[in-house]
Amino acid sequence: MSQIISIQGISKTYKSGFQALKNIDLDIEKGEIFALLGPNGAGKTTLISIICGIVTPSSGTVTVGGHDIITDYRATRAMIGLVPQELTAEMFETVWATVSHSRGLFGKWPNPSHIEKVLKDLALWDKKDSKLMTLSGGMKRRVLIAKALSHEPQVLFLDEPTAGVDVELRNEMWELVKHLRDSGVTIILTTHYIQEAEDMADRIGVINKGELVLVEDKCELMHKLGRKQLTLELHDPIETIPVSLEQHQLIIAKDGNELIYTYDSQGERTGITHLLTDLAEAGIRFKDLDTSQSSLEEIFVDLVRRDQ
Amino acid sequence: MNLPAVIAIYKFEMARWTRTLLQSLVSPVIATSLYFVVFGAAIGSRITEIDGVPYGAFIVPGLIMLNLLTQSVANASFGIYFPRFTGTIYEQLSAPLSPVEIVTGYVGAAATKSTILALIILATATLFVDLRIDHPAWMVFFLVLTAITFSVLGFVLGLWAESFEQLQLVPLLVITPLTFLGGTFYSLDVLPEFWQKVSLLNPVVYLVSAFRWSFYGTSDVSVQVSLAMIGLFLVLCLAAVWWVFKTGYRLKS
Repeated sequence: MSQIISIQGISKTYKSGFQALKNIDLDIEKGEIFALLGPNGAGKTTLISIICGIVTPSSGTVTVGGHDIITDYRATRAMIGLVPQELTAEMFETVWATVSHSRGLFGKWPNPSHIEKVLKDLALWDKKDSKLMTLSGGMKRRVLIAKALSHEPQVLFLDEPTAGVDVELRNEMWELVKHLRDSGVTIILTTHYIQEAEDMADRIGVINKGELVLVEDKCELMHKLGRKQLTLELHDPIETIPVSLEQHQLIIAKDGNELIYTYDSQGERTGITHLLTDLAEAGIRFKDLDTSQSSLEEIFVDLVRRDQ
Repeated sequence: MNLPAVIAIYKFEMARWTRTLLQSLVSPVIATSLYFVVFGAAIGSRITEIDGVPYGAFIVPGLIMLNLLTQSVANASFGIYFPRFTGTIYEQLSAPLSPVEIVTGYVGAAATKSTILALIILATATLFVDLRIDHPAWMVFFLVLTAITFSVLGFVLGLWAESFEQLQLVPLLVITPLTFLGGTFYSLDVLPEFWQKVSLLNPVVYLVSAFRWSFYGTSDVSVQVSLAMIGLFLVLCLAAVWWVFKTGYRLKS
């Protein structure tokens, strides 16, 4: 895949002296879904805002589709659609008017059939003549997405798109995101729902205190940093762990009915065979076993904590 | 040139105007009609002619200017301040738009609105007084030039203001007093010499004077000087806009 966005040495220090971004280098590949994760105030929105032209970087360069975002801003901005975090919209306008207006702002002549398609894709068609002030929060969020898609962008930024959106709508939105990706749109999203990044993203970037802590293919990341757990459902409950099993650092769960063994799936030896032998020798029998991999959320929390 | 964007902003602003026609069109017309009744008919009948023009007719250009200035400033300042206030300005800032295009869209719409309003007030005036327009082409030229100039001023104000209070402050404390003291209701000749000279520092004097000349062929200040001063003021306002966009002052962090 070729790069569509290239970020090199981007730093941002606000007038207050707060350094929001520290020397960020990042390439976004064409057609991927890239999830940018980070705690509040980590610099996610600042980074997005710089690429979109809303915030001026203190140093560094960004190119979109090979064009510099400052010297060739017309070319880069025409390629980008932005869905901001805040629900900001022209409350007195109708859905149709505000979405059509956005298309014009981005340099495209009116195309009612495209606007119709976007509104239908976002289940907004029957609200096209409604004023924005009459819509629910979730509907307004959809309108913001429709505005961002009105000019047929090649890159779509979604800054916390599912904040305050109900589960059903959230699922619909992610279906739309997948559909967009399939049509060739590159998507960069920030989300607080890490499960979503886990389900959706091709690659993950973790940003903390203005620094890009890591960028990794999602599967590799989970493979590399993830730990696996083996849960043994015991035949008879136990109260304490026998001394002979102490070296395995087992955890008793569910009132003594389960034993949990954590191991590194990447390690040369997982220690499972050894554990099972020791269990048999200690006379502990189990009726079922299950393995699970740690979630992205656990990896993320671990990464951010480690950085503190 | 991002022409679709200029048109989009222009149409968007004009649509906003049509939603508030009562406030933006009817109320200034009623207020001006009241001026005609009070100053033109009631008090004006006791005032002698000025430069051979009956008082009721004499104040028409000034009243039109008064509305043109306040409406140009109000329209343009609100047009750009409101998206800043609600946060929707993100879209203009992230769109492939140059400052020239943004200003053209907003100022063009604001100037159109105030020019239409001025022409309606002019039509209303003909119901109350007998008017003559000696130089109609110049009249339209001054009308449009002033509408553009003060719409640019309003745009600067809308970029500068950080609250609705500040947005009201300049029209209330600067524009209205300058207009009233700028010869709207009187000829500068009636002032003592000292105040005549002080008045020349007031840019509105040049606007009213030149505009009145286009009606009746007489003016307090020479038309060429007026034209130069209006042009200078326009350049100053445009320079302020250019500076705001260059530095991102109150627009970008």
